[in-house]
Amino acid sequence: MLSVEQVSRTFNNKQVGFTDVSFTVKEGEVIGILGTSGCGKSTLLRVLAGLDKDYTGKFTWEKEQVGMMFQEPRLMPWLTVEQNVGFGMKGDSNSTIQELLKLVGLAGFEKLYPKDLSGGMAQRTALARALVTEPKVILLDEPFSAVDAFTKMQLQKLLLSIWKQQNTTMLLVTHDIDEALFLCDKIFILRGQPGELYETIIISEPKPRDRGDFKLTTRKAEILSLLDLKQTV
Amino acid sequence: MLEHSEHAVLTKANKTKQSRYTKPKTNRKVLLGSILPLTLLIIWEASGRMGIIESHLLPIPSVIVEGLYQMALEGTLWGHIGTTLIRVFAGFLIGTFTAVIIGSLVGYMKIFEELIDPIIQAFRSIPSLAWVPLFILWMGIGESSKVILIAVGVFFPVYLNMVAGIRGVDRKLIEVGKIYGYTSFEIVSKIILPASLPSLLTGIRSGLGLGWMFVVAAEIMGASKGLGYLLIVGQNTYSPDVIIGSIILFAILGKFTDWLLKFIEERSLRWQDSYANQR
Ligand SMILES: Nc1ncnc2c1ncn2[C@@H]1O[C@H](COP(=O)(O)OP(=O)(O)O)[C@@H](O)[C@H]1O
Ligand SMILES: [Mg+2]
Repeated sequence: MLSVEQVSRTFNNKQVGFTDVSFTVKEGEVIGILGTSGCGKSTLLRVLAGLDKDYTGKFTWEKEQVGMMFQEPRLMPWLTVEQNVGFGMKGDSNSTIQELLKLVGLAGFEKLYPKDLSGGMAQRTALARALVTEPKVILLDEPFSAVDAFTKMQLQKLLLSIWKQQNTTMLLVTHDIDEALFLCDKIFILRGQPGELYETIIISEPKPRDRGDFKLTTRKAEILSLLDLKQTV
Repeated sequence: MLEHSEHAVLTKANKTKQSRYTKPKTNRKVLLGSILPLTLLIIWEASGRMGIIESHLLPIPSVIVEGLYQMALEGTLWGHIGTTLIRVFAGFLIGTFTAVIIGSLVGYMKIFEELIDPIIQAFRSIPSLAWVPLFILWMGIGESSKVILIAVGVFFPVYLNMVAGIRGVDRKLIEVGKIYGYTSFEIVSKIILPASLPSLLTGIRSGLGLGWMFVVAAEIMGASKGLGYLLIVGQNTYSPDVIIGSIILFAILGKFTDWLLKFIEERSLRWQDSYANQR
């Protein structure tokens, strides 16, 4: 459904975001993108979302409707939580919005403005906004970086249930190896600066998975060595 | 009697207990702020009555108020106030409206910026009062030349703030609209305009201030009605009380309309994460 061929993005100042990335994604796959800070993960998602046109190489989507959750919440400050969630919706859809707000744990906060939200609440609002339109493909850029460990696990389950219901294709950028192991069918390891696609890891374990699964733990060690943590700051 | 009044004070204190964190503060502010003006007023009145100030140059406050009161009784005052208000209002609407439209285009579309902004900047460097003779030549001393002059005054601050506001809109928010496949029109109406509202409102408030300045100019140049006309009447009939009276009315009206805008501003910007909105 998505095929990417040798896509690179070089910024004006000759700084390279990422280089020569190729991969394909099938419908309904959950792809994890792991990599150290600054190796071009966000830039890659922006290119794939069509927000950044100055790339070289080629990629094609089979389906058009792409949803995206950015690394920052990017809420409209003049809209309340519920209005923000409904931002991309056409027509009246209040019940869907309320339903999703409940799922992300924001029931009771509908009328607040973004200035009154904590980082984690803002991030969950942004997640609800990305999910509410039920896109066939969704790009998630570190979606749970600001929420606490417990809420994070619940939201991961939420993503999983949405994937089950709607067979949504997901590209999930994350720092969290456990998260990738829990959710993803394939994990792309980006490495270096500029980032290159260094390795693809296939995880065929059926979902939902047990977080303490021994097999997953061994994969974690494998991924850690691939990421070469000596490069991380 | 004394006991009774003390009791009244006590119950009143009880009643205001809930709001005592805000009320006394504002009361105190009003009280402190009014000490100086009140003292000056009293000195002014007293020295006028004692003949220290010559009343044909600077009439005492009670005479000024009395004069305004007489005009109000005769009914002429309302006509002058109404005329001036209508002029300011019409000029303000026209100026604001054109500034918002042109400012939106210039702020949002590069081509309009390159096309229109240089000429507007050039016109901006002309002191707006210099237009007066030309407007009077073109349109006579009727209403239209006055309204247009006021509109010109209002236009620039609103335009400049509108453009600055749009330029300052966070690109990241616009990208959210793009993700949802918004058209240019939707991006402007749902993201850019609300995001630039704070800046626009600042512009509108300073525009209104200029509107009041220009209505004085317009009415001094030639009018048969209005507060500015009263200024001229006062000058020609050697009656400083009329002049000071209309100056006071200008101050009151200007303050009141600005307060109105400030009220709207606070209402519509409650979402802003600003120092003033901190609770
Ligand atoms: N607009 C830009 N202009 C110049 N350099 C950029 C821009 N955006 C990102 N970069 C650079 O590209 C690299 C990758 O950034 P990013 O994709 O945000 O990394 P990640 O999301 O993996 O942490 C970084 O070195 C960053 O400094
Ligand atoms: Mg990033």
